Amino acid sequence: MMEDKKLIEVQHLKQYFPVNGEKLFEKKVVKAVDDVSFYINKGETLGLVGESGCGKTTAGRTLLRLYEPTGGKIIYDGTDITHVNMLPYRRKMQIVFQDPYASLDPRMTVGDIVGEAIDIHHLAANKNERRDRIVELLSLVGLNTEHANRYPHEFSGGQRQRVGIARALAVNPEFIVCDEPISALDVSIQAQVVNMFEELQERMGLTYLFIAHNLSVVKHISNRIGVMYLGKLVELADSYELTFNSVHPYTRSLISAIPVADPETSRNTQRIVLEGDVPSPVNPPSGCRFRTRCPYADERCAAEEPKFKEISSGHFAACHHLDRVK
Amino acid sequence: MNEYLVDVRNERLSFFTPAGEVKALNDVSLFVRQGEVLGIVGESGSGKSVTAYSLMGLTAHPGRLVGGDLYFNGHHINEMKERDMRKMRGNEVSIIFQDPMTSLNPVYTIGNQIVEVILLHTDKNRQQAHERARELLQLVGINEPDKRLKQYPHELSGGMRQRVMIAIALACEPKLLLADEPTTALDVTIQAQILELMMDLKKKLGMSIIIITHDLGVVAGMCDRIAVMYAGKVVECGTTDEIFYHPSHEYTKGLLQSIPNLNEREHKRLVPIEGMPVDMLNPPKGCPFAPRCGSCMKICLKQMPDYTQLSDTHYSACWLLDKAKFESQGDVQA
Repeated sequence: MMEDKKLIEVQHLKQYFPVNGEKLFEKKVVKAVDDVSFYINKGETLGLVGESGCGKTTAGRTLLRLYEPTGGKIIYDGTDITHVNMLPYRRKMQIVFQDPYASLDPRMTVGDIVGEAIDIHHLAANKNERRDRIVELLSLVGLNTEHANRYPHEFSGGQRQRVGIARALAVNPEFIVCDEPISALDVSIQAQVVNMFEELQERMGLTYLFIAHNLSVVKHISNRIGVMYLGKLVELADSYELTFNSVHPYTRSLISAIPVADPETSRNTQRIVLEGDVPSPVNPPSGCRFRTRCPYADERCAAEEPKFKEISSGHFAACHHLDRVK
Repeated sequence: MNEYLVDVRNERLSFFTPAGEVKALNDVSLFVRQGEVLGIVGESGSGKSVTAYSLMGLTAHPGRLVGGDLYFNGHHINEMKERDMRKMRGNEVSIIFQDPMTSLNPVYTIGNQIVEVILLHTDKNRQQAHERARELLQLVGINEPDKRLKQYPHELSGGMRQRVMIAIALACEPKLLLADEPTTALDVTIQAQILELMMDLKKKLGMSIIIITHDLGVVAGMCDRIAVMYAGKVVECGTTDEIFYHPSHEYTKGLLQSIPNLNEREHKRLVPIEGMPVDMLNPPKGCPFAPRCGSCMKICLKQMPDYTQLSDTHYSACWLLDKAKFESQGDVQA
């Protein structure tokens, strides 16, 4: 299914937001995404992980031009879409949001929520065709025909997330940004939704950008994973390579911090516990942004920002001390 | 009179809502020994928080205890007066909540909120209490305690606030600490810090902990014993190893199979638990998990199973443990 053909690529993507500073009338910028580059091949899933405020959601939304990028380029299927009218591309690129309670209009029936996209893009010639298409979409995500006439509040969290997915699929997209699509769901429901994403990908050849903070889930679903910290991509590699042979100190501590659901393993492993908190993105540290919490940091890290470079085939990392990290 | 610090026997607790009675806890029995860490695992609405709150007499309206006995540290909670309860809370048992932003008072300084507990429960004067508050902040790993004592909650990060919550909870060296999803709102690296801190303090102070969570990873690393709850019942209870390596209830097995394992080297499909969580207003007859259970038998839909004792420490409520008996009676899988 996977071909080595880039479907979407971002180059030096920047997204800054103006904020109020601490003093009255003081203006500052938050560099939510700062010079991030990556690409996603057709039929592939790229995972994006990081802690809250690291810019992973902003990266996903800027990619879809839900925000106007401050700088950089977005290339979709060979075309630069950084400044074009997005309407034709909305049919190809869709998004599933995190909170299925907030992302569905409570006054619309599920049929209309799914049907809205069909109307906007004139994908159905008449009412019957529209209805058939809605029924088809609902059954694709495991809901029944009768659900089309109900309102979002009548559904459980897992079912609502299915509605959100049906809505994204309504336009037959090629690419879907999945923005924390399972973190609001109960544990026993998460696996259902993860499996559905995988089945849909196999059946329809979809390409995903899968954003989440839970590395276990991201590793499960992704072909490659990018790790973000304070607006920067710090490491990017094949998902197995990243989980077992990570080189960046942040990635390592992130992996080691994840509680493993196996008593034996968690008794026998020594955790790398990071000191301190994530610094504020309004005032990021100079040089390498991770240096304030990094056990390997020295003067060079404060003075010079490390380059994001390829260390082995397909494995990128940004750190001055890759040779010292154990 | 009782070897356990916490002993909950056949607790029944219902919420009397306009839509009808919701049996949030249906015959829950649990115990915690001195110095032990018990994990309560379950989905939202399974009754794990309600169990913990009722131990402190904190059942919210329209909830009411309708049956069973709760013992804690020699107190019979059912018969305690509100006055005595207030003396007990924060002193012998205390709680930390999921969201440290909403559980700290935004208009008082951190110092004020810690000192309040100490003044209320001990005969220290204000100056001594302040000194103790400083000590506590150092204990929970907060640098520059003198500066922090004067700050307000909004000036601290999430992890820092949770540390303050822990400091408040530990101010009177309680016998029992209830931790209700203490790390769910925090990032993984901060979660690791807080969990480490809790285990550290447990060793130093020797208290018991009940930790409530839906994250199986958290309980695997921390707990001595685990109780798995589903629809207001403890469906299985055992030591951590028994639950993880010899799960006997179909729900526990399902939970363990449905989470991806970071250490796995090849891609396997997850095995989800089918169906949806129980509607607590109209719970099914018989075993509440039966409608989602892959090996449901006829008896499961009719009658709630009793506990089967699998070892001294391990028990589980599932008819399948008696499967042979029902098969001989012709109860084929439904």
